[in-house]
Amino acid sequence: MTQSQNYAIELKKIDKRFGAVHANKAIDLKVPAGTIHGIIGENGAGKSTLMSIIYGFYTPNSGEMFVDGKPYNPNNSQEAIAAGIGMVHQHFMLVDTFTVLENVVLGAESGWKLEDSLKAARKKLHQIEKDYGLDVPLDKLVGDLPVGLQQRVEILKALYRDAKLLILDEPTGVLTPQEADHLFAILDKLRSQGTTVIIITHKLREVLAITDNISVMRQGQMVADVKTSDTNREELAELMVGRKVRLKVDKSEAKPAKELLKVNKLGYVDHSGVKRVKDISFSVRAGELVGIAGVSGNGQSEILSLLSGILKPTSGSFELNGHTISVDKPADPQQVRAMGVGHIPEDRHKQGLINKFEAQEAYILGYHNLPKYNKGLLQDKAAISKICQESMDKWDVRPNDIHLKTANFSGGNQQKLVIAREMEENPDVLLIGQPTRGVDIGAIEYIHQQIIASRDAGKAVLLVSVELDEILSLADRILVVFDGAIVGELQAHQADEKTLGLMMANIIPDHIKESIAQGETA
Amino acid sequence: MSQAKVPAWVTIALLPAINVLVAFLVSALLFIYIDINPLDAIKVMWTGAFGYAEGFGYTLYYTTGFIFTGLAVAVAYHAGLFNIGVEGQAYIGGLGVGIICLTLGEYAPWYVVFPVAVIAGGIFGAAWAFIPAYLQAKRGSHIVITTIMFNFIAASLMAYLLVDILKPETTMATESRVFAQGSWLPKMHELFAMFGINVAPSPLNISFIFALLCCVFVWLFIWHSRWGYEIRSIGANASAASYAGINYLKIIVITMLLSGMLAGFFGINVLQGELHQIKLNFVEGFGFTGIAVALMGRNHPVGVVLASLLFGFLYQGGAELSFDYGVDRNIVVVLQGLVILFSGALEYMFKPSIERIYLRLFGKQEHGVA
Repeated sequence: MTQSQNYAIELKKIDKRFGAVHANKAIDLKVPAGTIHGIIGENGAGKSTLMSIIYGFYTPNSGEMFVDGKPYNPNNSQEAIAAGIGMVHQHFMLVDTFTVLENVVLGAESGWKLEDSLKAARKKLHQIEKDYGLDVPLDKLVGDLPVGLQQRVEILKALYRDAKLLILDEPTGVLTPQEADHLFAILDKLRSQGTTVIIITHKLREVLAITDNISVMRQGQMVADVKTSDTNREELAELMVGRKVRLKVDKSEAKPAKELLKVNKLGYVDHSGVKRVKDISFSVRAGELVGIAGVSGNGQSEILSLLSGILKPTSGSFELNGHTISVDKPADPQQVRAMGVGHIPEDRHKQGLINKFEAQEAYILGYHNLPKYNKGLLQDKAAISKICQESMDKWDVRPNDIHLKTANFSGGNQQKLVIAREMEENPDVLLIGQPTRGVDIGAIEYIHQQIIASRDAGKAVLLVSVELDEILSLADRILVVFDGAIVGELQAHQADEKTLGLMMANIIPDHIKESIAQGETA
Repeated sequence: MSQAKVPAWVTIALLPAINVLVAFLVSALLFIYIDINPLDAIKVMWTGAFGYAEGFGYTLYYTTGFIFTGLAVAVAYHAGLFNIGVEGQAYIGGLGVGIICLTLGEYAPWYVVFPVAVIAGGIFGAAWAFIPAYLQAKRGSHIVITTIMFNFIAASLMAYLLVDILKPETTMATESRVFAQGSWLPKMHELFAMFGINVAPSPLNISFIFALLCCVFVWLFIWHSRWGYEIRSIGANASAASYAGINYLKIIVITMLLSGMLAGFFGINVLQGELHQIKLNFVEGFGFTGIAVALMGRNHPVGVVLASLLFGFLYQGGAELSFDYGVDRNIVVVLQGLVILFSGALEYMFKPSIERIYLRLFGKQEHGVA
């Protein structure tokens, strides 16, 4: 604690209910001024609710808040901003077609003429940039900036509004490790200038790297406040989940057999003429797990969509389980499934599930034309219920209710439902995108075990993930994509976070360059 | 963190009931303004619509029309499509029905003409919906815009056909020749008479039963067939549907064909059942009101039947009202407008307060459980 008993924000017995849901139970939180404070917890632990209370979106049912020792009861975000609190949301609140300057000023304009506020803002921003070492091109369109810079625009926005307490929600979700390091350097600078920072995250490594203190939430309660220097990953994981968690995945040596997926100069040009996938070639063997690493938006989504039949290739071809799919011979997702492919999509809300549907309806998505689900012209509802029920029992999907709308399951259980659906059809090739995004640590453990189990059962598994930890702990071989091309390939034993991080930014270390034997891909 | 839940019946039954009630209260103010006692007015409307057999027959006759147009809107809605073109599709569908009655009807009895007219009306209505559907699915032309335009095209086309082709030389009215009497659909009162039950005559005909069958069909199709499943998937989450391999173009077109077909059946009731000739503007806005019917009925066949009954009541009761009090017939439109305003445009206006009141009254026990 830098300044004893001087808290940037203090919460006393904050309680919030939503009807039957008790989201925050008597939360106490003390964040010393000028420190970086981490708040960790699983999905649904109540972190977002708590932050929304601090930022004035929700009013607590009871409890008190103090900012700099003064009582603080915000009714909306304007009052929170006025009290010196700034928030950087996980999904940026920026207008892509405005310049950085216009974005920063948006909502804080003064006077009649926009030019005047822009001029004043420019002066103030130059000062802020100088003070904190935040370098952002003020006159560029936000849409043209990489995500790392967009995030800095968000931070600038908060500082422009004189934030003395900055809350960042999952700030490193979209960043490369190098960009994350850069962000941490900025946060460090902010701290040294007296700004207080709260980081909400589920990445234990990062919270350990940057914070001074950590608060852990579980099931609506604050279960621990620890000094960062006194704790470690295992302890934090156990506090979050409430039981011992194995962070390391046990897996045996892969036993690759015959090639089940062979990609040959596959290319994809989207409708606006941009080449998203640049003539990539690779293969996955039965019993092998190949990971695709890369910063999100570098073509990995398109690769999955191409291989699963959602997108039609514009050049090249690939072989799935003996079937060739090419520009002239495309296949739709149902045909691809029939070739023995299971696809766990990257985004279960957008693709994998239909929120409005009951679990049993979502369970047949993509397989709804199979004879076992139909009886003549009508669907066989009894069979659907029975098969879904068996699957939910087997995969321990909770709550175990086939009639519950999929939106009402937790992230981990939604994902289990999707994985159950795809794996129960016993495919030979598994395409997996972001299997543990937004999933609780407990469920992550289970999902990772199942992915390894399906590899060991002789399936060819292709895993796309932006979580480096996940790629490193699961994959036997790692392909790195950058700007739609495969820029490198590593065996699991060659890979570490730093090497991968550099390769994800298209900087190929020399020793890797030498070991890439099968020619260039860019 | 989900918000507190109220039971389904609060939103499904209580909320629409309160919306209609508020619409009636506002109508009452209007009646007071034009010096009509609202209680007397509602009594006239009620007895006019339900109080005697002929009136009730009329109410159900209008209900039949609303069921067809309401179902048409509802089916499209499940694929996330807002079919504003039911008016035009019903109009063109009526042309199909009329052509069959004018040709085949000369030679064949109604029970032969009826199924052929159903097919023709369905095909004509579906064809009119096909072009906007294709443009939407293939080119992304917004279906709201294209279907609105197709309403105008339908109106012009029908005006041309009626004036230049279908109108007999001997008349000045823009209507076709009267169908041969043998092709007319039996009225319900005639049907009852066959069983020795005497009911006062009304335009209610056997297409009412056909409309109810259509409701059953829609229910089975949307909720119990894999095509309905694909339609609902696209409506609820188009990218998940694409992930599942559901063909967007195919499903959008199928949905709109089905919607246009249901709209096309409108002519069965009105032309083959009652008017017995194609007249200018015989749809009379039923297609547009179908949007309100579907909205109120929450796009479910049962809801559509109930909402159709409500609008049938307004139509028939309003007609009696204007007859009894000598007010303009457009009073019906005003009443309809208010119902649409409160249960359509302002559908959720009372939702937060109703939920709050409900939770305050009955929510206590649930809190204890948490």
